[in-house]
Amino acid sequence: MAECPSCTEDVGVGGDVRVNEIVECGECLSELEVVSAAPLMLALAPEVEEDWGE
Amino acid sequence: MTAVLAVLASRIGVEEKRLLDELDRRGVACRQVDTRRLALDIGAPGPQWRIALNREIGFHRAVQAARGLEALGVTVVNSAAAIETCGDKWRTTLALRRAGLPVPRTALALGPEHAVAAIESIGYPVVIKPLIGSWGRLVTPVPDRQTAESIMEYLAALAAPHNRMVYIQRMIRKPARDIRVLVVGGEVAGAVHRYGEGVRTNIALGGRARPLRLGPDLAKLAIAAADAVEADIAGVDVIEDEAGEPSVLEVNHRVEFAGLQSALGDRVDVAARIVDHLVAGARR
Repeated sequence: MAECPSCTEDVGVGGDVRVNEIVECGECLSELEVVSAAPLMLALAPEVEEDWGE
Repeated sequence: MTAVLAVLASRIGVEEKRLLDELDRRGVACRQVDTRRLALDIGAPGPQWRIALNREIGFHRAVQAARGLEALGVTVVNSAAAIETCGDKWRTTLALRRAGLPVPRTALALGPEHAVAAIESIGYPVVIKPLIGSWGRLVTPVPDRQTAESIMEYLAALAAPHNRMVYIQRMIRKPARDIRVLVVGGEVAGAVHRYGEGVRTNIALGGRARPLRLGPDLAKLAIAAADAVEADIAGVDVIEDEAGEPSVLEVNHRVEFAGLQSALGDRVDVAARIVDHLVAGARR
């Protein structure tokens, strides 16, 4: 569990979570980036940029 | 264990996770590289890994990472050349046309002031697309002159020079679907029909995918399209007009395959196909 940086609710992730993985806060639906897997630390994920895509 | 392979990504989404999981499952010595932290010094020895799978989501970062790593002796999949072509719709169209492949009639107006004349030379309706960008963002149908003039007035006010170039494509009258073909290493790995509203069928925009058994002509076309843009791994988008004649719309260099995988189920394991290609030495 880690605290959502947007709404401070606890966010749970699976045991196989990876650094830079994107997860969603179940409470406020913010898109979050895993910046550390152990200990679990979350940050707001970067906003979509103009050149992102497939 | 010395890593022989790297996965370049600043964002681990569902596809990157499946690829990393597949590499782990096979025991491939692999390093996950956050592209935002990559600094490439061409005067220093290169990285230990020999092959890099480029899953960077940002076009400019993906190109520069590939260019630098290639200079340091790393095989990057997809290559800088492929990303440069696929990431720019005009370059893609030119590469496909050069290879003799069918594309919708397309024009690039280098300034919005003269774009309406180019549109009327093609004939309404057309579709305007940003040169760089994906997921159907800002893809705009233009049914008539009034709409065209309004859009050009808006584009003329944009600050970035590349946003004032207008990529114009004849709108193909088609059923409410298109075709996505995944090509890996010069072979078709899977194909789906994508259904959606209007001109955009992107899964990212809520389009739905259904399995498609690809005939030999379309398979050949998709493989040729991937080859034309020099892509080892490619998501080729094809539309068929009302008479069934195909045109290649675009080729994607960083394929998002979750929708295709979900539609095809156990008929194909996309992550496994891509990893097979990488461990075989990533030869197209």
